[in-house]
Amino acid sequence: MDNGFFVQAIIYLSAAVVFVPIAKKIGLSSILGYLFAGIIIGPFVLGLIGQRGEDIMHFAEFGVVMMLFLIGLELDPHKFWKMRKFILGMGSLQVIGTSILLFLLGVILYDWSWQVALIIAMALALSSTAIVLQTLKEKSLSQTSMGRASFAVLLFQDIAVIPILAVIPLLVSANASIPLEDLNQSIISDFAAWIQTLIVIGAILAVYFAGRYIFVPLLHVVAKTRLQELFTASALLLVVAVSYLMQLVGLSPALGAFMAGVVLANSEFRHELEGDIAPFKGLLLGLFFIGVGASINFQLIIDDPIFILVFGLTLITIKFLVLFGIGILYKKQSDQNFLFSFGLSQAGEFGFVIMSFSMQLNIIPNMLANQILAIIALSMLSTPFLLLINEKWIDPYFGVKEKADKKADTIEEQHEVIIAGFGHFGSTIGRLLRANGVKATILDHDSERVDLLRKMGFKVYYGDATRLELLKAAGAEDAKLFIAAIDNPSVNLNVVEIIRKNFPNLKILTRARNRIDAYELIDHGVENIYRETLYTAVHLGVDALTQLGHRKYSATRQGQRFIKYDEASIRELAAKRHDKMAYLVTAQEQIELQEQILKNDLYTNFEAKDHAWDSAFLKREINNDDK
Amino acid sequence: MTTNKILILFAHPLFEKSMINRILIEYLLDSPNVTLHDLYEEYPEFDIDIKREQDLLMEHDIIIWHHPFYWYSCPPLLKQWIDLVLEYNWAYGKSGNALKDKIIFQAITTGGSEENYCSEGRDRFTISELLEPFNQTAMVCKMNYLPPFVIHGTHKMNSKEALDKSRMYNKLLQHLIENGIGKETFENYPYLNQWIQTKQ
Repeated sequence: MDNGFFVQAIIYLSAAVVFVPIAKKIGLSSILGYLFAGIIIGPFVLGLIGQRGEDIMHFAEFGVVMMLFLIGLELDPHKFWKMRKFILGMGSLQVIGTSILLFLLGVILYDWSWQVALIIAMALALSSTAIVLQTLKEKSLSQTSMGRASFAVLLFQDIAVIPILAVIPLLVSANASIPLEDLNQSIISDFAAWIQTLIVIGAILAVYFAGRYIFVPLLHVVAKTRLQELFTASALLLVVAVSYLMQLVGLSPALGAFMAGVVLANSEFRHELEGDIAPFKGLLLGLFFIGVGASINFQLIIDDPIFILVFGLTLITIKFLVLFGIGILYKKQSDQNFLFSFGLSQAGEFGFVIMSFSMQLNIIPNMLANQILAIIALSMLSTPFLLLINEKWIDPYFGVKEKADKKADTIEEQHEVIIAGFGHFGSTIGRLLRANGVKATILDHDSERVDLLRKMGFKVYYGDATRLELLKAAGAEDAKLFIAAIDNPSVNLNVVEIIRKNFPNLKILTRARNRIDAYELIDHGVENIYRETLYTAVHLGVDALTQLGHRKYSATRQGQRFIKYDEASIRELAAKRHDKMAYLVTAQEQIELQEQILKNDLYTNFEAKDHAWDSAFLKREINNDDK
Repeated sequence: MTTNKILILFAHPLFEKSMINRILIEYLLDSPNVTLHDLYEEYPEFDIDIKREQDLLMEHDIIIWHHPFYWYSCPPLLKQWIDLVLEYNWAYGKSGNALKDKIIFQAITTGGSEENYCSEGRDRFTISELLEPFNQTAMVCKMNYLPPFVIHGTHKMNSKEALDKSRMYNKLLQHLIENGIGKETFENYPYLNQWIQTKQ
């Protein structure tokens, strides 16, 4: 390996390592971090990468192929079928509606050729899966109505990429000015059209059958060797081989990878494959975005900033209006609809893919393509700010109020209990308390649920429970008990921390999803931790024992004993855990943890230590005494 | 001739380790007139269904509290049963006549031997004296409380002796189903064991 490679690698990697954390720190998506990194090291700022960048771009495009493989893997047919109305309905309305408007804009206002206008319209109609999913996750909105709608639209867009990428080369052949010899380098281009068609169909069938009947059995064999790296190698081999096959027959490698993903989505290896490919995808996509950033030609942009700004704003407005219309059609509440429409108003990473693909095919004038790339980047940059504007100035007028409107004559009553999070877990607690005449103040961030609860006469505060003002408004200073029952464990932990810091006298009862979460909470010094997975699992275990013929009462006592033992052991192991270096809970560590727990069990005698009621024991003892 | 229906309220927290009770229950008289109601199996979490228990009591003429004799009393679930099921104005009180004139007695198993249960013995009181609270409970419910059926010395019992006890228990059940107690009094019989031995 020559030094040039190392220098290049160091430039790319250090750019990523420096800029991505900065982007994250100021609340932007990592994609924007990579883009900035690319711009900074690119020819227009530092000029650290020049011609060599092109080679790396070709390599990095493979990240896009892997992304599509993963999208295919996640396309669980059952889930798809369950959400089909949303996905097909909302998704197709968004993609087609936005494309048509942008297409008309391009053809009429900017006088582009219809091919150029169509490609740009399709490229810009797609939103950024990465940005939106990350936002949903950070704001824990995934389970709200807006979150589900966003997911449906994004999924449709992900699938729409495949036909779009397939259609683009066809637009080229329609355009005579393009040198054709560059394009159809596939080995079959010399055959007659119908043979080509047959070969293409054959290749697709081959991917399907090879995936199902060769690759899955092969994975079984590989899995038996218990060599993790061999499994990774097989996964990479699959993606590379399918891409190569597709290229041979003149189809897009991304399409092939996507199909391979779908074929394997139902196999038992789905999660392993996902886990193995994901880091490669992440890294290569990062490289890809750096490459895109580096290839933006700023000279062209500076020449015509008005176009970029006007077109960028028009783009966001059109996307916003189309989404808002869909929201109204699907009867979203206006606050949910604003979030949904602002959230998806940007163009996305697929836009980069489509634009750089078209650039290679020389369909789009270089200048225009660069301007579009810049517009995509700017629109992605705008999303966090738009959401901030929505939160500060729009939501307060349209949204569910943080607090129910007070009637002038009602006296504000102070509840002793605050429940944060009123999903399945929190609502069960709330119902039990209410059934016993205990009224609780509820904090929740799902506006539809908040409306419902208010109608039912609950006192509900709407909003983010990690906000100090909201906690104060809800009466955290005077309450006796705080029940942390939020679905998202990291948000829940966050809330617990804030409460402990700001309201040290408030007693906390907190939900924990599993042992790992419980360890975190123990580290924070929380006393009352309730693991979702413990009590139900023990209860089931007790019933399993009775089904096997154990006496119900004895099994019940064993269950109680087991819970006590497990709760003691978790505190013990929580302390021990820090003896080790690893703070990150990796899959490997989880297995070690499990092993430790099972070993501990072996040395513990679950036999009742008391001998009350045990006549066999007494008999033995008494007969011994008599001797 | 009328047949009597017997309800055995069986309470043993560790039944699987009690040899004598396993034999008593395993060989229990197989009759449509005997209902075995295993309280610890029905209510492992002590959440007794009061209505169901009262309905069961109404359907039977003779009630047996069958339990080991722990610390001169019954196991906790049976006490809980007494506390919850024998409600005011149902079992006792002015209009509490649901159990009136039903026959009730205890069938108890104990490790201690009979001779210890007397004023000079280690246990200082007779079984009947120690069972006074149950007797009085039955009285308040206007029930007819009989002397207990007692199996002593279970700590040293072998399975052959246990089978003998089981046969005696079943004979008692059979006799009560067919004849009830008629006009008999039990002054001369501290235990039902002696009484049943006088029958054919």
